[in-house]
Amino acid sequence: MNTPTPRGNNSRWLPLAVFAALAVLLAAGVWLSRKPNREALPSPLIGKPAPAFSLPVLHEAGRLLSSDDLRGEPYLLNVWGSWCPACRDEHPVLTRFAETKRVRVIGFNWKDEHADALRWLEQFGNPYWVVVTDFEGKSAIDWGIYGAPETFLVDGKGIVRWKFVGPLTDATIRDELLPKLAEVEKAR
Amino acid sequence: MSFERKSKSPPAPLFQRGGQHGFVGADAVSRRIPVSPVTTLSTEDLSPLKKGGRGGFAVLAHSLRQIAGPLSLALLLTLALAAPLTAQPANDPVPLSFNDSGEERRFHALVAELRCVMCQNQSLADSNAQIAHDLRREVLDLMRQGKDDAQIKDFLVARYGEFVLYRPQVESKTWLLWFGPALVLLAGGFVVARIVRQRSAASTPAPNDDEQEW
Repeated sequence: MNTPTPRGNNSRWLPLAVFAALAVLLAAGVWLSRKPNREALPSPLIGKPAPAFSLPVLHEAGRLLSSDDLRGEPYLLNVWGSWCPACRDEHPVLTRFAETKRVRVIGFNWKDEHADALRWLEQFGNPYWVVVTDFEGKSAIDWGIYGAPETFLVDGKGIVRWKFVGPLTDATIRDELLPKLAEVEKAR
Repeated sequence: MSFERKSKSPPAPLFQRGGQHGFVGADAVSRRIPVSPVTTLSTEDLSPLKKGGRGGFAVLAHSLRQIAGPLSLALLLTLALAAPLTAQPANDPVPLSFNDSGEERRFHALVAELRCVMCQNQSLADSNAQIAHDLRREVLDLMRQGKDDAQIKDFLVARYGEFVLYRPQVESKTWLLWFGPALVLLAGGFVVARIVRQRSAASTPAPNDDEQEW
């Protein structure tokens, strides 16, 4: 047995092959996590009815707005709070979009003080058609909200069609929201 | 072991009320930090005498090097021994209270199996994010409504997705996750068995083979 058998030759490369396989696996993992908002959780609500809610309206003491009141036309639900700096970054983008009057933009004021919320809107401008408040955060759990800002698109039948986690950008609106909205409007 | 915080902490700054998603801007990283428990500790909190949490250990080790007095050494050692017993998530604004120890035990077992959705590498039990407080409260409410563990998990999965479960359900799309390690182990065992058999077959006829590659 002075010359190595062909099989012996092959198994010499085995560790290298295993290492290469692991390296490929690692590269694939890195590649798959290249998206900047890779931590955003996919919402299980997509394609399902939006959770029923009945929440106080920020600007009208005593008035409640319910999910049924919003039926018939699609709406965009934007989660925000005056305590949330990223919401301030998003604000001009959202305002530009709201001014196109393409769809009703509903503010979901989450775990915020009433006075702070009003002051914030006065200072930066109010892009919302109406703002509902969830001080306790109970309704937010039904929506699967876990941070702000988050944005949901709900169609006229009350089905959640799209969710975005993090501040909206012009690119997100152009590439994701507007096509989705066109789809929703066509289906109607 | 309860979520009640025994030491007083300053009220959380306003911007820590809920978790926030921030991915843009140069300071995006620093802005996302408010939801992590580390930054919610003020310097006052870092005093080992006040804080009996897990983080106390590092601080204790540091202080031990500086404080020479045997009395304070003894005091610190006592605190160090007590630390694991009182490890608590900081900053729960309104602590949860339990009716009895059975309920408390069940609650802790349950939240340890649920993942915090905001700070995704912590369990619901450990997380200090506002949403984790809210979800812990919700879990306790559901328990008091008589829901069993499976129903509570389903409740959260329906809202936040499978992600919240540290132990995902066994179904066709998670088979690889559940049985993958066993497969790898089998493959490894197979390779080892082959090498061993090959070697013993090769070494019996030629015991002193100097040019053996292995």
